[in-house]
Amino acid sequence: MGILEVSNVNKHFGGLHALNNVDLNIDKGSLHAIIGPNGAGKSTFLNCLIGKLKPDTGSVLFEGQAVLGKKPHQINQLGISRVFQTPEIFTEMTVLENVMIPCYAHRDGAFKINAFARVSKDSEIRDQAEHVLNDMGMNGKLNMRGGALSRGDKRRLEMAMCLVQEPKLLLLDEPTAGMARADTNDTINLLKHISESRGITMVIIEHDMHVVFSLATTISVLAQGAIIAEDTPENIKGHPKVREAYLGEAEV
Amino acid sequence: MAKYNDKRTLLIFAIIVLLAPVLLAPTGAAYPDLMQRFAIYGIFAIGFNILFGLTGYLSFGHAAFLGVGSYAAVWMFKLLTMNIIPALILAVVMAGIFSLIIGYISLRRSGIYFSILTLAFAQMSYNMAYSVLTPLTNGETGLQLRLDDPRILDAAPPEGTLPSTNFFGLEMKEVFWNPTFLGYELQFNYGFYVSALLLILSFYIAMRIFRSPFGMMLRAIKTNQTRLNYTGISSRPYTLAAFVISGMFAGLAGGLLATMDPLAGAERMQWTVGGEVVLMVVLGGLGTLTGPILGAVFIKYLENILSKINEVVLQGWFAFLPGWTEGFVVAIVYPFVGKGWHLTLGALFMIVVIFLPGGLVDGSKRIGKLFRRIAKREA
Repeated sequence: MGILEVSNVNKHFGGLHALNNVDLNIDKGSLHAIIGPNGAGKSTFLNCLIGKLKPDTGSVLFEGQAVLGKKPHQINQLGISRVFQTPEIFTEMTVLENVMIPCYAHRDGAFKINAFARVSKDSEIRDQAEHVLNDMGMNGKLNMRGGALSRGDKRRLEMAMCLVQEPKLLLLDEPTAGMARADTNDTINLLKHISESRGITMVIIEHDMHVVFSLATTISVLAQGAIIAEDTPENIKGHPKVREAYLGEAEV
Repeated sequence: MAKYNDKRTLLIFAIIVLLAPVLLAPTGAAYPDLMQRFAIYGIFAIGFNILFGLTGYLSFGHAAFLGVGSYAAVWMFKLLTMNIIPALILAVVMAGIFSLIIGYISLRRSGIYFSILTLAFAQMSYNMAYSVLTPLTNGETGLQLRLDDPRILDAAPPEGTLPSTNFFGLEMKEVFWNPTFLGYELQFNYGFYVSALLLILSFYIAMRIFRSPFGMMLRAIKTNQTRLNYTGISSRPYTLAAFVISGMFAGLAGGLLATMDPLAGAERMQWTVGGEVVLMVVLGGLGTLTGPILGAVFIKYLENILSKINEVVLQGWFAFLPGWTEGFVVAIVYPFVGKGWHLTLGALFMIVVIFLPGGLVDGSKRIGKLFRRIAKREA
């Protein structure tokens, strides 16, 4: 039984059939990549998982609990964190504060009026945040403003914000989009490190084949809203349908 | 995270506020009525800053809560007692209830739609206070004390006189000490000190909120609400809590206005009052602790001092100028004072927003830095 079970999900945008009977099973501890050409429905699929969109039919079960119809913050409280295509951080706050907020969300839940507690005296939260930032190699930048970070550091910060919550499932939407090769390789190593050291299940949506084939344990191929193949990286490379739909003539 | 020295800030703030009758003497603003207004609008602005400064939700409707506070307080004076404590408590509670309802509806939207919704609610409250709610608000005349009010807890006042507001027997209007200091005649009255103590308390509460995880979430809402939602935080209860807290501050300010003068009129709910508090907060320094109070004092000072300058005063000032130049200068300055003081306020507001986006607090910091640089160069 997988940690995330998606069955029979359909989504229409007007006349466009964006997701067509999508079934997906994600095993605990795996690093599952979803690939597909532009417009295949990858982002739509991810948005359905996190509560941004509501599919027309189908069900999504996370550890046996229904996810569909829940609000984004409720889904996060179940243990699903998301990294966005362009890093979403609190640009006007310091790096440390950026990480302390998810810490509080993890400890205190979706809403708590703790207007008379002092942030500066909460060493438990502070230590947690500093520990994760240390792991991400950002210990020298704790007091920098989020918005002043480089793109790669913003990505690291966002990752730290997700990891500090100790999620059971981490969703990554094109984590290397628009990055130089060197940064991409950094990110790959970072993700590998996270996956190995923390055993977090990850679903990664990616364009870059280099990233996919160096990370994923399982790959699902999405084309025109339907899953056309699901297999290990080695088998996907040689899969005729995939070559036709996605890889085309490009050499991999 | 920056190190704050909150205890010192609070102490300095308290000393300045409590010594205001002495410190303000040279500025001509040291009369009880105006100082009390400084403190009351300071409270109003502090509360408003918790909503606008931290979450970035711009409400034009806070005048409604000020008005509700005033009406509630006057009703307490009419029915129960002239002691200000029950009046202030009811003012805060009623404003809290009102802001909960208005906030619950308005916060379904954000940005400009939220602002327009609050504006609509404020205008609606104003018009209702003026017309259909006359039994509660006494319409155009405004709610006033009457000789035949029940006041069930108070002993009957002497025949034919209206009782005055008091704090367990200490009359608000009473000047308890009237010394002469460096040639200035100082007035210490109870009314100002009641407002001043509540101002210090409000400042302390705001400070605690700013430094708390709750305040951090509010700032996060302003910066990136999407990220906050995907981080497992439900932002709506946070914004609603901030809205209600700021509404309660406005109610307290409204109640205090009624303790100065036990009379509540609908014009207190008009949107211009709600607009004024926006000006105060932005002028003083949005999202800073002391800025809103500075802005409130600044605007109320201009209002009271500039609006009293008339043509005769101006002619007195410029009498030293020869011939026609005197009339010319007076004609140029005249539109900016007296009834036209809003023109000065508008011009100042534009200058601050364009050149000093951080408000007066930012300005004073820059001046402080400049002095330090000069001192360093000379050393």
